[in-house]
Amino acid sequence: MAYDKFTVLKSTAVPLPIENVDTDQIIPARFLKATERKGFGDNLFRDWRYNPDNSPKEHFVLNNPIYQGKILVGGKNFGSGSSREHAAWAVYDYGFRCVVSSFFADIFRNNCLNVGVLPVQVSAAFLQRIFEAIEKDPGAELEVNLPEQTITLLPTGDKESFDINGYKKQNMLNGFDDIDYLLNMKEEIKSFAGDTPL
Amino acid sequence: MSKTLFDKVWDSHVVRKIDNGPDVLFIDRHLVHEVTSPVAFLGLKNRGIPVLYPERTFATADHNTPTRNQHLPVQDPLSANQLRALENNASEHGIPYWGLGHEKNGIVHVIGPENGITVPGATIVCGDSHTSTHGAFGAIAFGIGTSEVEMVLATQCIMQPKPKRMRININGSLNEAVTPKDVALYIISRLTTSGATGYFVEYAGEVFRNMSMEGRMTVCNLSIEMGARGGMMSPDEKTFEYVRGREFAPSGADWDSAMAYWKTLYSDADAVFDKEINFNGADIEPMITYGTNPGMGVGISRSIPKAESMEGGVATYRKSLEYMNFAEGEAMIGKQVDFVFLGSCTNGRIEDFRAFAKIVKGRKKADNVTAWLVPGSHKVEAAIREEGILDVLREAGFELREPGCSACLAMNDDKIPAGKYAVSTSNRNFEGRQGPGARTLLASPLVAAAAAVTGKVTDPRELLEPELA
Ligand code: SF4
Repeated sequence: MAYDKFTVLKSTAVPLPIENVDTDQIIPARFLKATERKGFGDNLFRDWRYNPDNSPKEHFVLNNPIYQGKILVGGKNFGSGSSREHAAWAVYDYGFRCVVSSFFADIFRNNCLNVGVLPVQVSAAFLQRIFEAIEKDPGAELEVNLPEQTITLLPTGDKESFDINGYKKQNMLNGFDDIDYLLNMKEEIKSFAGDTPL
Repeated sequence: MSKTLFDKVWDSHVVRKIDNGPDVLFIDRHLVHEVTSPVAFLGLKNRGIPVLYPERTFATADHNTPTRNQHLPVQDPLSANQLRALENNASEHGIPYWGLGHEKNGIVHVIGPENGITVPGATIVCGDSHTSTHGAFGAIAFGIGTSEVEMVLATQCIMQPKPKRMRININGSLNEAVTPKDVALYIISRLTTSGATGYFVEYAGEVFRNMSMEGRMTVCNLSIEMGARGGMMSPDEKTFEYVRGREFAPSGADWDSAMAYWKTLYSDADAVFDKEINFNGADIEPMITYGTNPGMGVGISRSIPKAESMEGGVATYRKSLEYMNFAEGEAMIGKQVDFVFLGSCTNGRIEDFRAFAKIVKGRKKADNVTAWLVPGSHKVEAAIREEGILDVLREAGFELREPGCSACLAMNDDKIPAGKYAVSTSNRNFEGRQGPGARTLLASPLVAAAAAVTGKVTDPRELLEPELA
């Protein structure tokens, strides 16, 4: 599914300084019953965000209007757990375009890249500085520059570069997905398959 | 050049290498289920393209299905809708579909091996992270997201950077009542849930060589819980014996040529791993988890570690114990248990039911425990009957449910109520995994059985007959 192109994103950020945030928290399994990709943003962090009677939990960061923005900043080992792409959809559909953490779970990172959410891995020290800056001023902005592969904490000017493989970077910059690429090499795949027993 | 087992299988499936990008990897066999496939099929429809090789994809219904009265229409309209979508998609694209009630129906990672879909040296993917299970046969198997499900349907390929290689060696012999599940929980507790992120793991050493195929599947299944892309073991005679004669396995002349290839599937003596880790089998005790990720496990006779001794953040650790309503330093033995769940692709195979029956035989289910015993497939269910295990279970006050994922992820009605404690043989103890507010203690079938008959966390060694131990 195509998504918006990503180049430079300047935004305030929502802090979630918890480690090992797993995909069951990002989107609980009971919301995986859809047959279309719709409405997942409403259930992002459902059980941390709402009480069983559907009233919002005041203390959860998404319910606190002073925190806004297109960047989600999470603790170490973000997105561990299941392969459900619904977790990345929920993050995207809620309105985040970028997740920052000091470490990502593998499949979640992959899924993000496939749906147009940029995972930015920073050092533990940099992550700490982001959390501190937001705590001091929820209006603190980050700038994520994909062409240059840098992330800057604007109030302090702190800057770090991040890794992304060249192929995925081109995809994100252009809003392409892998299927477009693979469909273009169908003949090559077919001749490979011809030599491969079932 | 010398290669690892992983290299051999991976390299032989690379269709194209992209400079400074991922490899295009050919997928031999693809398993789909109702939850992560509908949006992928919708994607094909929107692009107006067919499934390239429908004979390489197999579909089952498992995640969402009831474990009672499967012959009746599914009650929950959303679940029923998803099941219908899979059935329609499968029939539209000519994909074999084993729905509710079908004799081959069951949990996707249980039926793959059972029907010979899982073979050594293959690449196998599925939109479920525990696809790593199939690595027990010397296959490269891992979970993928829905976009990738669509890619495989459309092109039989996915694009992945090649992971690094890790080998975990465990030698020595295992102690009494230590099962493959305990070995896996031990490894995860030592490596943490992110200790193998970015790696593909090979398990080597005596402990794994001595395991049955079922045991090897349990270990490989849990590879994902330490962050690994997947885990695998070199195939051996046990593997070949298991595969031989199964419906979708090669036969006749194909079998002979397959065997010739399969016998080359081991890590060369001087192959280099990016990381190598050694443990001693004798150090492992029956395990149980006390927290909200699978790395938070201890030997059952131990107490809950103090926050200061943990590597991760203290705040996260305390939040986790608060959810469990446990305190640092408390003993695990004797803790209250309200539910017992035997099942899932981790421990829902025949051997797991045999282990459970060994302990409950001649005893009675504790009154305070609700037990859900859910076979991984209809074939497992049939074996439970044939081997007389069902009688043992019934006599002890247990009933058997129908196959499916059930309380592993609680998408159907099998939800542990908020605040209740469940000893579960599944694979994840995340907050709410087994139902909103549910508290999960992951353990082996033996530990689950001990809890089921005593109503609290109990060391299974106390209940095993000496001659059976
Ligand atoms: S039993 Fe659990 S882990 Fe296994 S396939 Fe089903 S939901 Fe996934």
